[in-house]
Amino acid sequence: MSELSVKHLLGIKYITEDDIRLIFETADHFKEVINRPIKKVPSLRDITIANLFFENSTRTRLSFELAEKRLSADVINFSASSSSVKKGETLIDTVNNILSMKVDMVVMRHPNPGAGIFLSKHIDASIVNAGDGAHEHPTQALLDCYSIRERLGAVKGKKVVIVGDILHSRVALSNIFALQKLGATVKVCGPKTLIPKHIEELGVGYEGNLRKALEWCDVANMLRVQNERMEISYFPTTREYTQQYGVNKALLDSLGKEIVLMHPGPINRGVEITSDVADSKQAIILEQVQNGVAIRMAVLYLLASKIKHNEDR
Amino acid sequence: MFTDTKPFSNEGLFYCQTPKKVDEGILFHKNTYFCTLNTIQRLPMSQKVLLNATEVHIALHRLACQLIENHDNFQDTVLIGIQPRGVFLAERLKQLLQTDYKIKNIRLGYLDITFYRDDFRRSVKPLEANTTQIDFIVEEKKVVFIDDVLYTGRSIRSALTAIQSFGRPTEIELLTLIDRRFSRHLPIQPDYRGRQVDAINKEKVKVCWKEQDGEDAVYLINN
Repeated sequence: MSELSVKHLLGIKYITEDDIRLIFETADHFKEVINRPIKKVPSLRDITIANLFFENSTRTRLSFELAEKRLSADVINFSASSSSVKKGETLIDTVNNILSMKVDMVVMRHPNPGAGIFLSKHIDASIVNAGDGAHEHPTQALLDCYSIRERLGAVKGKKVVIVGDILHSRVALSNIFALQKLGATVKVCGPKTLIPKHIEELGVGYEGNLRKALEWCDVANMLRVQNERMEISYFPTTREYTQQYGVNKALLDSLGKEIVLMHPGPINRGVEITSDVADSKQAIILEQVQNGVAIRMAVLYLLASKIKHNEDR
Repeated sequence: MFTDTKPFSNEGLFYCQTPKKVDEGILFHKNTYFCTLNTIQRLPMSQKVLLNATEVHIALHRLACQLIENHDNFQDTVLIGIQPRGVFLAERLKQLLQTDYKIKNIRLGYLDITFYRDDFRRSVKPLEANTTQIDFIVEEKKVVFIDDVLYTGRSIRSALTAIQSFGRPTEIELLTLIDRRFSRHLPIQPDYRGRQVDAINKEKVKVCWKEQDGEDAVYLINN
């Protein structure tokens, strides 16, 4: 296997276990590259990538942009707040306008679930989904699993609990698909109001008690409480959420084993995770960020290798 | 079908060691057969031995001695094997220099050039990367690139770009076991060569190593 089975990365649901393994193996090589004195390779020097962010993002966008630049691609950036989207242009029109400037790949974040899939049916360029509403965020799930593989040696057979706001989280859904494809067992934990009703249909267990969940797991992925996505109150107060679902040092120390803690960022320090825990050796939050660049380089490289040289001339 | 096929060329040719039926492949040497992956064809192919095990052995010793002549005790010199096939030759030379010529502290690294190649998206098969392993800085060092066959020179061009990521060497030399004359696309020539070969474009040169292929030998294959 040296080729992805797909032309776009729209979600983990649409790729195979072999695809994930290929991305990981390629990311291993790029991780070595980004630790060199000169961190750049010329592979994508004749590729132009448009970063279309219809929703705010800092780290994902920086990570993608850095990955693109380390591969020597030409990069154009677009954010909805400063564009003609505000003037009423449709998504297809916006993207086609950008593509007519000879762009080969599109990295897109959009507030509506399925935006990437919709776009893939209407345009020729390769699309990488950088988050679509509460649907999927495939590169985040890939880098999470890659970080688990790096820390624990493998993903297969590991027990992972995803804690927090599962209902509004695209990270949770992509992580569930990716972890299951790689042979891990997944449970979710959080206030009942923030757990989707039919989560068991995905083969995911539910645990309401954080202590029990942490005692069961090898890895805990702490999600951020996404206040900006909540139109109604899902729990009484942030303080109450923290008391029930926040991880602190005392709780971790009382488990009798060392678990790995992850967080997709940005952290609400003192809400889902306390500062001393976030900065402890058990947390691999900064490794996740570093691996994010390598994973995104691998995804872009593998997708670009499917764009045939002659087709875009 | 063949079970342990390994790609041999970009044109879909494979070789393997254990075909289910002997008559399904072309006998290459000893127990290695040529085949295409899906349709087993009888390929009109002939091969001749360019170097046998003894000749490879002699060439390796000569190359090692030439390296010592120019690099003395290797204090300011690093050896770089070009992935994938150059690393076998590089390992052999390192071994020789250490055991037979008692040179200590030979630094050897592997360089993968996949991300630097100029045929990305031009070949039918996607390019697969190998490990790069360079645990030292090449800044202010003499670098010796080691590869098994020098053909068009494009791999070495990529390697020249790739090595820049690890610093600025004082000089770079090239050592190849086989130098295919008259087939260069770029003005690149080896500083040390095991054997010069006049091979026409259709012919292929295959270097076999005991560690990988069961014997030390160099073949010229005509198909």
